[in-house]
Amino acid sequence: MSNESNQTTGTPLVKRGLAEMLKGGVIMDVVTPEQAKVAEDAGAVAVMALERVPADIRVDGGVARMSDPDMIQGIQAAVTIPVMAKARIGHFVEAQILQALDVDYIDESEVLTPADEAHHIDKWPFTVPFVCGATNLGEALRRISEGACMIRSKGEAGTGDVVQAVRHLRSILGDIKKITQADSAELFDWAKHLQAPLPLIQEIAETGELPVPLFCAGGLATPADAALAMQLGAQAVFVGSGIFKSEDPAPRARAIVEATTNYMDASILAKVSAGLGAPMTGIGMDELDVKYEDRGW
Amino acid sequence: MTIGVLALQGAFRAHREKLDALGASHCEVRVPGDFDRVDALIMPGGESTTMSMLLESSGLFEPIHERLKAGMPVFGTCAGLILLAREIQDGRDDQRSFAALDVAVQRNGYGRQVASFEDHLVVSGVEQRVHSVFIRAPRITSVGEDCDVLARDHRSDPVLVRQGTVMGCAFHPELSEDTAIHRLFLESVA
Repeated sequence: MSNESNQTTGTPLVKRGLAEMLKGGVIMDVVTPEQAKVAEDAGAVAVMALERVPADIRVDGGVARMSDPDMIQGIQAAVTIPVMAKARIGHFVEAQILQALDVDYIDESEVLTPADEAHHIDKWPFTVPFVCGATNLGEALRRISEGACMIRSKGEAGTGDVVQAVRHLRSILGDIKKITQADSAELFDWAKHLQAPLPLIQEIAETGELPVPLFCAGGLATPADAALAMQLGAQAVFVGSGIFKSEDPAPRARAIVEATTNYMDASILAKVSAGLGAPMTGIGMDELDVKYEDRGW
Repeated sequence: MTIGVLALQGAFRAHREKLDALGASHCEVRVPGDFDRVDALIMPGGESTTMSMLLESSGLFEPIHERLKAGMPVFGTCAGLILLAREIQDGRDDQRSFAALDVAVQRNGYGRQVASFEDHLVVSGVEQRVHSVFIRAPRITSVGEDCDVLARDHRSDPVLVRQGTVMGCAFHPELSEDTAIHRLFLESVA
């Protein structure tokens, strides 16, 4: 019989596979094991372990780095669902440490202070999969060519304002639609215009979709925000400050989970949106000094 | 004959693409009204705790349970296998399952994501080895007498089981190019 039994770990299929399993779900930012339990109880498909949610990083200022391993391990011990953690852009040693801690996904994230002004992490040698943020299709494809297994919109984390996430999703998905209409000669120009590898552009022209799952992140605060992201074409959502900076996190978390599954059913959305207390207050985009979306190259 | 694919969360679209490739008619199931229209059900991979919770809130748990008892063909992959198992180890206390397969499964029994792997397995009734992808996979730790083991992993642990019209596997046939496992299920449905 051909193909002897031979288990291989860390292949692109295995790394992208976990993102497939997270589709249709909600990944929640948590800063303590107790919050991680609340997230799991509410039906989160994974948690993102970090020291401060983006809203607090904005207020505190200073350099934001990878979380303390003790804190990540505390969260791993508290829940049975996948645990993700953030590394600074370009900080491949933080990523090596996170892999050694057995985290399930690394977010090379613009929410932390970038460690390299020109280079992102070469993600191919890692066994653990990476998710990266993108504001447009060119950025998404550059991250994929570096080995990212999932792309999320950057949005503008910590604001509670969904407008940037919507812009990024529309930009990425809009260009994908246009590429499917392009002829073979025009694909070269698309590659030049997007500063992205031609083979990935050609793949999109053929399949009509991003080569890896596309999730939405940044500024989501309500069940309606989550359903908006899903109707626009995101395949799952990250909710950061939007849950634990709201008045009553547990029911809001649960409602966002229900809304992400039933994103097309307005009567269910109306039901789960009711009586949740105040969402995070938020910061309007025009009030911001630092825009995280500008980080990443 | 319509195959429903449970679409509460997880890799349901990948299953629908397999059913397309095999020419089966199919639809997504999110609410009891969807479920009433289907003749068989696939429960995909994803997060079993999330799905278990959404099965309750959607009102799908009881109707699926009833029709499983009445002999409806159901196929569960990974999280779907967990939902079908008699016993869940390392699960949440409030996590419910349909107990349609006489197996005990340990959640994440193969370890965290860095231990996820792919392999080519011998499957009874399939000529070629089957490309199989294990993602934070559940491990089948015991199998009752009435449950047939159709495939085993490199350590000889069962990974594909069948009991009457119900089938479950620890890996993800929806992620590889292979259609053999879906074909096995469709043969049992017909």
